[in-house]
Amino acid sequence: MPSGEQLLWMYEHLTLIREFEERLKWLVETGVPVGAVHYYTGQEACAVGVCAALEPSDWITSTHRGHGHCIAKGVEVHRMMAELYGKSTGSNRGKGGSMHITDVRVGMLGVNPIVGMGATHAVGAALSAKVRKTQQVAASFFGEGAAGIGAVHEAMNLAAIWKLPVVFVCENNGYAQSTPVEYALSVPRISDRAAAYNMPGITVDGQDVLAVWEVAVAAVDRARAGQGPSLIECMTYRYYGHHQGDDTRRYRSIEEEEGARSRDCIRKFRAQLLEQRTVQEEELDAIDAASRKKIDDAVAFAEASPLPQPADLFTHVYVAETRREQE
Amino acid sequence: MTTATARELSFGQAINEAIRQEMRRDPTIVVMGEDIAGGAGRAHLGFVDAWGGPLRATRGLITEFGPDRVLDTPIAEMGFLGAGVGAAMSGLRPIVEIMFVDLIGCCYDQIMNQAAKMHYMMGGQVDLPLVIRTAYGTRGGDNPTYGGGAGAQHSQTLYAVLAHIPGLKVVVPSTAYNAKGLTIAAIRDNGPVIVLEHKFLGLRAKGPVPEEAYTVPIGRAQIVRKGRDVTLCGIGRMTHICSEAAESLLTEGIDAEVVDVLTISPLDEDTILESVSRTRRLVVVDEDTPTASVARDIAARVADKGFDNLDAPIKTVTAPDTPVPFAAVLEAHYTPGAAQVISAVHSLFGTGA
Repeated sequence: MPSGEQLLWMYEHLTLIREFEERLKWLVETGVPVGAVHYYTGQEACAVGVCAALEPSDWITSTHRGHGHCIAKGVEVHRMMAELYGKSTGSNRGKGGSMHITDVRVGMLGVNPIVGMGATHAVGAALSAKVRKTQQVAASFFGEGAAGIGAVHEAMNLAAIWKLPVVFVCENNGYAQSTPVEYALSVPRISDRAAAYNMPGITVDGQDVLAVWEVAVAAVDRARAGQGPSLIECMTYRYYGHHQGDDTRRYRSIEEEEGARSRDCIRKFRAQLLEQRTVQEEELDAIDAASRKKIDDAVAFAEASPLPQPADLFTHVYVAETRREQE
Repeated sequence: MTTATARELSFGQAINEAIRQEMRRDPTIVVMGEDIAGGAGRAHLGFVDAWGGPLRATRGLITEFGPDRVLDTPIAEMGFLGAGVGAAMSGLRPIVEIMFVDLIGCCYDQIMNQAAKMHYMMGGQVDLPLVIRTAYGTRGGDNPTYGGGAGAQHSQTLYAVLAHIPGLKVVVPSTAYNAKGLTIAAIRDNGPVIVLEHKFLGLRAKGPVPEEAYTVPIGRAQIVRKGRDVTLCGIGRMTHICSEAAESLLTEGIDAEVVDVLTISPLDEDTILESVSRTRRLVVVDEDTPTASVARDIAARVADKGFDNLDAPIKTVTAPDTPVPFAAVLEAHYTPGAAQVISAVHSLFGTGA
């Protein structure tokens, strides 16, 4: 079991992600131009369960649906919100947007909307950890849609033959945009694919943060011990469309969506915590209120922040400093 | 009067020495690619360093630096180049070899969407000290016996599709000397640099190469032959074709200047414009196909910024807009040679055909 402190950390980050996404949805619907966004709502337990098993110095790579991964790894929400507003105070100085949020200081190597590419970058980070002997682990989040792309398979093979400290985390939310997983997958479970790369593969209830945490801890321990990669498949569900403009009615039923919402990861975890009497309801309410306040502050910070200057268009095309000769 | 004979290395040996010297002083440099050592995993059977890459440029590195830093990869360009990108973001300086530039289709996203854009779209948070080395070109030329016979998918000069992408530096060395210097400059650069190595030069070109480590600056063209009457602007192996044409033109009284472009992105416009301002005529020689090419980009820039200095239209000598053919005689016909350069110069002076 996680410590009491870890349990509260999980609850805090589950609610913070939910608040961020719900506020973002409200902003989009009231016409605030935050660009193309893909809500993570419903999948929070996957990011939080895995990141709870990581050290701050470990790395993650992420997908177009990446806000949850960023928050769970420790990216500050006010810098994320400012990025979505296209402000110079954003995590990427307003040059990335939702689909490129990065904060290398907390090990967040980048949201990456080219499906599957993050898996290869996680392999590179893990190789870096191995060569530099730093004991770091790289976790790569990707969706079940990415299970069909070659880059992910190449990444898994490389991680396996080089015994790299990678944890591949597939969030199976059932749909690649509107394409259902049962159409696009040749095997019953994505975790079955692990056998092809001689690594452990496990499918877990992605709506249960403790279950995700438990398998993530095992995979991270294995990676850190030099025993190579693992594949975790989290069964989950996105509550909203693929992106802010997607109407799920065109490919999913109301009954299916209601069924998924009845297994909501935050409600479930809150009930578990209260049942175990490890925490008082007032404490959880206070965390909820604190999350709302953080998002209020993030929006206020984003709104008050300055826009980039036209000259910023031309900075960072090339890395400015070339390493000097070290004679 | 005579000095000691300078040490000569082949183009491939010069690159090998560049990588080796940099690896010695920086333990974060790793080399990855298909068969860059060769015979991976068979050391217990006595097989080590079986191949050394297509130009033998990585030969012997594994025996000095070991398999942790010299990594033979499976055939997975998307995967291992992506690993190079991720490693460059997290503390290593990877040198990744894509055996032939024709294979970039298998990993183009890692080049154009990932490596090229990371620094920019992350707001400068990450450096990306990644070198991508790749061999290009036909083995043909004026002499049909040099026909490479590798056909349409292993003979291309696909650098325009790299130069087109903002954020990438793309260099094309032409001699053993500048191959070593540009490779070291690429390794020391904190952003992604692609080094295109011509197969014909890689296996043949020899020249004087200093033993110490040195850099040839990225982003600067070089005037390799002074002349008064016309500027011949060459890229990679085509620089040698330009020099060959210049020799021949001199016998008929035309004094050609030769500019070796060396870096096709970011392009050194100033050196080319300065040369043209003196010679007042320009022929750009490029082994790539002409549509949306570096040759036409250079021509357009000079037309835009140097038009007043021109006494004649700009000419380009390029491969035709066809795939690279197989038959040696066709490949020789495909590849620009000195005769075509001379003919283009004649047309500027109103002589010849």
